[in-house]
Amino acid sequence: MAALMTDDRDIGGPAQPLLSVKNVVRHFPLGNKGLPFLKDARNVVRAVDNISFDVLKGETLGVVGESGCGKSTMARLMMQLLQQDSGELIFDGETVGSRALPLREFRRQVQMVFQDSFSSLNPRMTIEDSVAFGATVHGVSPKDAIARGRDLLARVGLDPIRFAGRYPHELSGGQRQRVNIARALALGPRLVILDEAVSALDKSVEAQVLNLLADLKAEFGLTYVFISHDLNVVRYISDRLVVMYLGEIVEIGTAEDVFAHALHPYTRALLNSMPSVDPTRRTSVAPLFGDPPNPIDPPSGCRFHTRCPQAQDVCSKRGPAVSTVGGGQVTCLEYEPDSGYVPISIAAAQELA
Amino acid sequence: MLSYLLRRALYALPIMLGVAFLCFMLVHIAPGDPLVSILPPDASADLQKQLMELYGFNRPLPVQFFSWVWRALHGDLGTSIATGRPVAGEVIKAVGNTMMIAALATLIGFAFGALFGFVAGYMRGSWIDRAASLVSVTGVSVPHYWLGMVLVIVFSVKLMWLPATGAGPDGSDDWHWDWAHFQYLVLPAVTMSFIPMGIIARTVRALVADTLSQEFMVGLRARGLSEFALFRHVLKNCAPTALAVMGLQLGYLLGGSILIETVFSWPGTGFLLNAAIFQRDLPLLQGTILVLALFFVILNLLVDILQTVFDPRIERG
Amino acid sequence: MTTTITTTGDTAKPLATPLRSRGHGANVLRRLVRNPQAMLGATVILILLIMAVAAPLLMPADPFAASMFNRLKPIGTPGYLLGTDELGRDMLSRLILGARLSLFMGVTPVLLAFGIGGAIGIMAGYAGGVLNALVMRTIDVLYAFPSVLLAIALSGALGTGIGNALVSLTVVFIPQIARIAESVTTQVRRSDFVDAARASGASALTIVRVHVLGNVIGPIFVFSTSLISVSMILASGLSFLGLGVTPPNPEWGLMLNTLRTAIYVQPWLAALPGVFIFATSIAFNVLSDGLRAAMEIK
Repeated sequence: MAALMTDDRDIGGPAQPLLSVKNVVRHFPLGNKGLPFLKDARNVVRAVDNISFDVLKGETLGVVGESGCGKSTMARLMMQLLQQDSGELIFDGETVGSRALPLREFRRQVQMVFQDSFSSLNPRMTIEDSVAFGATVHGVSPKDAIARGRDLLARVGLDPIRFAGRYPHELSGGQRQRVNIARALALGPRLVILDEAVSALDKSVEAQVLNLLADLKAEFGLTYVFISHDLNVVRYISDRLVVMYLGEIVEIGTAEDVFAHALHPYTRALLNSMPSVDPTRRTSVAPLFGDPPNPIDPPSGCRFHTRCPQAQDVCSKRGPAVSTVGGGQVTCLEYEPDSGYVPISIAAAQELA
Repeated sequence: MLSYLLRRALYALPIMLGVAFLCFMLVHIAPGDPLVSILPPDASADLQKQLMELYGFNRPLPVQFFSWVWRALHGDLGTSIATGRPVAGEVIKAVGNTMMIAALATLIGFAFGALFGFVAGYMRGSWIDRAASLVSVTGVSVPHYWLGMVLVIVFSVKLMWLPATGAGPDGSDDWHWDWAHFQYLVLPAVTMSFIPMGIIARTVRALVADTLSQEFMVGLRARGLSEFALFRHVLKNCAPTALAVMGLQLGYLLGGSILIETVFSWPGTGFLLNAAIFQRDLPLLQGTILVLALFFVILNLLVDILQTVFDPRIERG
Repeated sequence: MTTTITTTGDTAKPLATPLRSRGHGANVLRRLVRNPQAMLGATVILILLIMAVAAPLLMPADPFAASMFNRLKPIGTPGYLLGTDELGRDMLSRLILGARLSLFMGVTPVLLAFGIGGAIGIMAGYAGGVLNALVMRTIDVLYAFPSVLLAIALSGALGTGIGNALVSLTVVFIPQIARIAESVTTQVRRSDFVDAARASGASALTIVRVHVLGNVIGPIFVFSTSLISVSMILASGLSFLGLGVTPPNPEWGLMLNTLRTAIYVQPWLAALPGVFIFATSIAFNVLSDGLRAAMEIK
């Protein structure tokens, strides 16, 4: 936190969110090879549909959801590797892409670590060249960039003498991911997005990398967005949590709150599906049934109603709005007064949990 | 799937239009007056003008193009400047002749190529594999018109088993399915067959080796399937691609037969093309190239469609 | 797996030189050299190069000196080691000199097409979208012709001569190379490391130069080398038909043409130039195959 306070790029102070995602929408039209003018308006993958959330300074924001919920698309939108169809990003008070914060400048402040450690490194470049590249783009001389690169490699736990001149295929998965982290830090960003960054690693390696991430966060005053499908990891590392389903956000809250008493039925089901070694917490019935529906043709009304254990008629007719509950927010008709949803008792809810 | 096939066929139309355009432009990029070959050097200006109007060379190019395409769609490819006969008729007859040697060549090439390829793929790394590799490299590297010459030397000049040139005794054009005529077919077809043989051998070898190394083969063998049954599996997996390659080779041979037909004086499209070029017979040249190129496009389209229908792995829609 | 974290409290101190691994190119070369067939092919090509370059020194006689008395002398005639052609010129000398033109016609169109087609393909592949569709569909029209037909049609239209033949052949090869280039570039474009490079704010040109080029040049180059033999055969084929190289220049294909009628008199002599074409073609193909094999393994 101390490092954060003294960051001289900080504009709005600790209260202002570092990154604000506002009403971002991104759809993908389904392919039609070679004839781009023959678009089919119906056949669109609604990957990210009107999501809004904030990333607070100095926090680790976890993002969870099943495959196909739009997490990775959202990550790429946050990095502006994809352009959103509508909506905007606001970084420390400035709109991204505006004259006050052009895209190139934004890129120095936000970086990403990808899931596949191998494909995120150029197989023809040495490790140190890969790490140094970003800096050279922004005017740093090659010699300085290489020196800075080697410095960072050391910081992430890779001895430069042994590793700097090597190629990606000569390193293990964990080592490569460390390189990717070093590469992400080379530009000195304030926000780092980790898209399933540890998912492909062996458990022991995963623990080491997570500890490394924690150390780096403290040392450099970073803010993390940590995307994962592994709830245990997310619980360990996150301050706050965002839960996504089929392109929408269904719940936001502190990690403690969400894991203790989740608000949204989907979150509850997700948490219940974590296998537990505690014999008193055995689940005999699968908390979630069926396959996730198709993002091309999402269910009407509330998207979760087809698999929700407490769905009512009104859920298929009316899409819920965002409701603020306690310190977090949830998107479920249950919490909306005057929505037509008949609230079930708290006891009944806990029975299902 | 029907919509995919329809879209694929539709997609071929702009290609065909482009091909037609290119054919048309080919003769017009030639330096010099298109009429220079038929006009005697001392022709009067009047005669020049007359002929220009007759052939339509004085109209603006887009007009010429569209009227040419329009007539072609109705089967009229113009009249040959050299012979005075309609181009379409000449081309059709020539296509028939070329098709004979091309089809035979493709069949021979496919048969032997597949054989070599299979053997090589099964016995990967052995001397048989190397020998088959050699055959396929040879097939791909040999200048086929030279090979034709060599075969003529061996079989016509030295051994005198087969005739050297022509399509029939005494240079006649009529075809009959008897040995007297068939013997003229042998050398050109065999010569031509080396090209597809080499390519198909190479393709089949790679396919077979690849299929054999796949995990599902291990699974099948573990379940006790006989080698023959496994062989049928390999066959089923390789067939679509191999047949596709064969189809493409046929198309290639149809279009590229000119060199061999020149060596053997075989009266096919290549021979016609040769004559058209040297006599600067523009309508004949345009017509022949157009027919050959379109044949190739349509053949590619057919191969594409058949492959989609028969290979379940290709995505549709 | 290292666990030592070197404390870099003093970042002004330059670190010692790190170990350097052998680069990709060096690995490929190493593997290529160990391939006996490929090396055989390379040797043949080297011999031909020497023939072409040192022709004036190697030729026993004047390749243009015609003599009606010495027409079609057989192979092994004293003074004319490989016999004489239909105009009485020494075959050996003409074959040696012919290496120049034939090699030139084989390599040059491919080189030009590599540059032009490669650039087109990489640009279209990286740009994607409408630009890609436009460029590639145009290329498809050219690709829709069988190469022999296109080469002959273009040559026929442009006329005889080396320059025209070069143009036709280059045009024949550009679509093929462009296609491969586009396909490979599109694949690389989708990789995460390209995204990472975009994420660091680099311009498209920088990304192509630093990241894409190194990864796509290999496959494009290998494919292009496989076209050299095709180019040689096509070029000699054009000369064989009377397009392309004109007499009295010695070019192997042209020699085959002019010697055609001699197959009844001196058959093996007439076939001789083709042997050279064949040998060169195999050599290039074997080398190209070796190169492909060397690049495939990581």
